[in-house]
Amino acid sequence: MSTEAPEAPAPEEPRRGALRSGKGRMADPIFKWAVTACGAIVLVILALMVIRTTSEAWPVFAKEGFFGFLLGEDWSAGSSRSEISGTYGAWPFIYGTLVTSAIAILIALPLAIMVAFYITHLAPNRLAKPLSYMVELLAAVPSVIFGLWGLHWFLPNVLRPFFEFLEGALGWFFLFEGPVRSVGYLAAGIVLAIMILPIMTAIIREVIVVHPIDQRMAAYALGSTRWEVLRKVVLPASFSGIVAAAMLGLGRALGETIAVLMLIGGSQAWGASLFGTGSSMASHIAATFGEAAPEARTALMAIGVALFLVTMIVNILARVIVWRLGRMTGDAAV
Amino acid sequence: MSTMTSTPPRRHVPLSERPKGSSYRRFKDRSATVVLTAAMVLAMIPLVLIVFEVTRRGIGVINLDFITQTEPPPRREGGGYAAGFFGTLYIMALAVLMSIPFGIATAVYIVEYGPNRMTAAIRFFTDVMTGIPSIFVGLFVYGLVVIGWGSMGFGTFAGAVAIAVMMLPIVTRSAEEMLRLVPNEIRNASYGLGARRWQTIVHTVLPAAAPGLTTGSMLAIARGIGETAPLLLTAFGSGLVVTAFQGEPQGAVPIQLYRGAAQPFEAGIDRAWGAALSLFVLVLAFTVVARWIGSKASTGSR
Repeated sequence: MSTEAPEAPAPEEPRRGALRSGKGRMADPIFKWAVTACGAIVLVILALMVIRTTSEAWPVFAKEGFFGFLLGEDWSAGSSRSEISGTYGAWPFIYGTLVTSAIAILIALPLAIMVAFYITHLAPNRLAKPLSYMVELLAAVPSVIFGLWGLHWFLPNVLRPFFEFLEGALGWFFLFEGPVRSVGYLAAGIVLAIMILPIMTAIIREVIVVHPIDQRMAAYALGSTRWEVLRKVVLPASFSGIVAAAMLGLGRALGETIAVLMLIGGSQAWGASLFGTGSSMASHIAATFGEAAPEARTALMAIGVALFLVTMIVNILARVIVWRLGRMTGDAAV
Repeated sequence: MSTMTSTPPRRHVPLSERPKGSSYRRFKDRSATVVLTAAMVLAMIPLVLIVFEVTRRGIGVINLDFITQTEPPPRREGGGYAAGFFGTLYIMALAVLMSIPFGIATAVYIVEYGPNRMTAAIRFFTDVMTGIPSIFVGLFVYGLVVIGWGSMGFGTFAGAVAIAVMMLPIVTRSAEEMLRLVPNEIRNASYGLGARRWQTIVHTVLPAAAPGLTTGSMLAIARGIGETAPLLLTAFGSGLVVTAFQGEPQGAVPIQLYRGAAQPFEAGIDRAWGAALSLFVLVLAFTVVARWIGSKASTGSR
């Protein structure tokens, strides 16, 4: 392969030799073809994903109806090999996914904005780099470690006392109605918030960094305090980035499996109290997949398809926002 | 605008004689600083706590036995995650072979043969792919490999396919960025010497981007090592060392860790902490070395 580059042409006619050498002429289209095929693999995988899982899950959708499946409250798995004999309503799991993700976003978004502000504007120069590095490190911790830590340390030592306090103070409010069972929606949501914080912080930080410095300097020159610059210049300018970060964080939270599985309690019930146990879509798939009959696996596949649809919508929206943002900042740079 | 022009100019007051800025505004600025600092501290606490707790409870568990012996029933102490370590190594090796060449080739196509409609589509869908829930990737590979074409059953290969699908978009996106950083002068110099396009790419562009490509690949590996959910549905987990390529359920450290943490016996939970520490160290090592290679390369070239 590598031998023909410089050696092929005869020494006296280097240019003609290089241009006319038959060797390697076919290599160019072959190389291009091979690389294009590799690129196409991504598209093939995605297409296969959609086709394969949807066709696999089709019998369940056909029996329950698409909305009947999404909104049905009763999930009793059958044990048949060839037909759909159980009742499949995914609402308890959809509810669990929505509640835990909402808790996670409500906690993580304000925190992510503040951390990004701190890293970009307040941190001493020496600290800014290690801090963003550490935030990235938090993003690299596998979710099963979050689950283990959450279940065996964070829950008994921090969350349980906190929940009991909440229940005591706000127990009259339907969201915080007892009994406190430690695992449950709120525990899963809080650990999810810790998990999605890094990616959200990273995105918001990047948006703030690309924002042109002149406006900030102008605001300082007009006598603004640092808070006023952050509040009235930086925050509006990075608004779309914040929306994108929230969407990407939401996408992560919706699809997170293992940590939620270990912390949500894994029951099939659902209820308004945040202390209650339940299941999210992803956690229910992972929890029951191992022992499920072929029929029930089909139904789990259907939950997967529904989850995929929701996360895709959220992710594509986020990507479109980020892309438009990128184009905007790209134009500004030119 | 009009209100500004209509206010009559006041007599000039020297700066030293003006009242200091409104104390309310300064108070707000101060409290904002305090709140932002507190937020930063609050965000760092979990990381510190996790690192501390995983190290404290895991350090006593890890020894040679932990890596070389299989796990006894959860009630009993001793033994280790040999099955998991072997399985993870096996699965990761296959996944690396599948994802990294394809990922880099895709990036080459996007950067060297783009931009066109096809590359735009690939870029977009690669981005989208990073957001696919890992459990869904597991379901997909279950439907495709385990019960689908060929009905190969649970096993190493199925797990590796799932991990490769998770890693592919990470490799592609980082490789794409690294290839874009290769200056066009290098390409033009290569063309000027009579090299063909493929020769330019293979002998000039890829070597120039090699450190960056290594960084991206290692970060993808760090991500892949800790994946649990897709493996539950494809490799399925095993307590014994499995050398079969396909057809027998294969173990992995994250799966054993999850199962160990979810059962009630103290000895099993201790082993789970040990596994958490070893996973954490592995991920950390890959991440830090990757960043180190990346930063060295970027400072070296300038």
